[in-house]
Amino acid sequence: MGKITNQQVLAQLTSNFEGNFSNVSEPYGLLTFETSREDIMQILSYLKNDKNLSFGYLTDITGIHYPEQENALGVIYHLHSLVNNVRVRVKVFIPVANPTIPTATTLWNGANWMERETFDFFGILFEGHPNLVRILNVDDMEAFPMRKEFPLEDPNRVDKEDRFFGR
Amino acid sequence: MVNAPAGVEGSGFFATSLDKVIGLARSHSLWPLPFATSCCGIEFMATMGSHYDFSRFGSERPSFSPRQADLLMVMGTIAKKMAPVLRQVYIQMAEPRWVIAVGACASSGGIFDTYSVLQGIDEIIPVDVYVPGCPPRPEAIINGFNNIQELVRNESLRRRESPEYKALLNKYGIQ
Repeated sequence: MGKITNQQVLAQLTSNFEGNFSNVSEPYGLLTFETSREDIMQILSYLKNDKNLSFGYLTDITGIHYPEQENALGVIYHLHSLVNNVRVRVKVFIPVANPTIPTATTLWNGANWMERETFDFFGILFEGHPNLVRILNVDDMEAFPMRKEFPLEDPNRVDKEDRFFGR
Repeated sequence: MVNAPAGVEGSGFFATSLDKVIGLARSHSLWPLPFATSCCGIEFMATMGSHYDFSRFGSERPSFSPRQADLLMVMGTIAKKMAPVLRQVYIQMAEPRWVIAVGACASSGGIFDTYSVLQGIDEIIPVDVYVPGCPPRPEAIINGFNNIQELVRNESLRRRESPEYKALLNKYGIQ
């Protein structure tokens, strides 16, 4: 059990950022909320630097793709307060046509590779990132493989053709 | 003990063609370069160990430098990011060189039908022998090696200068 509860975290956020975040929920006890790319840096900065909360540890940055949504691409930040033993998850949804979001490398150096990975797989552009190039996939790859419009399979595979199975 | 190649034998002399003598010698002193990336590599470690004793076929010295290796043994999943490395290793090997693809992944991509995995190493380098299995047992790897030996024994000394061989390498953009 953490030293502060999710409700205390939420109360502090509400008093500072009332109306700038939405969709608060606590799946499996993990405080989760959504915000916009205009407000994300302020909120992350507050969560990190506030003496009481001190979410000093950026656990992960990931992406997600919901093609049926208007803002189809998501960026998800996982923060951990090592002092208070409490975690929080922040989601930002952005449109595919303009997938930009400010970089978190200004707050955590560890965000560097996480953002490169999220760019690599989802094509999310982190503005201000010092070196936004692919990190895991081959450099000349054109697809963003975790987006739903790109097929999972390699097109060069020839042993799965129908004629081999009498179809 | 290896049998002598076919030739003319008489009292105090034995004559055969240089091709056959060199083929015989080469086939029993192949230095393999194990390019092991996953579970097939573990099977190869068993193959190299005392129980299966890979050395008895003449490959006493696994060569971890491509310059001195004769046989490239690719064992395991080759990710697309690994492909240029494998290609570089192949290019660094001196002629004559042979390649064996051990296991489903090296041969065809195996279960990894995905954007990040090379669908068989024959997309980037020519392969002489494929060993099926996921992973193949040491006996299968040894059988594949014996097939390589058979190729080496019967290969013409001029094969590497032949236009067919050069066309094959050109197909892969090598040389």
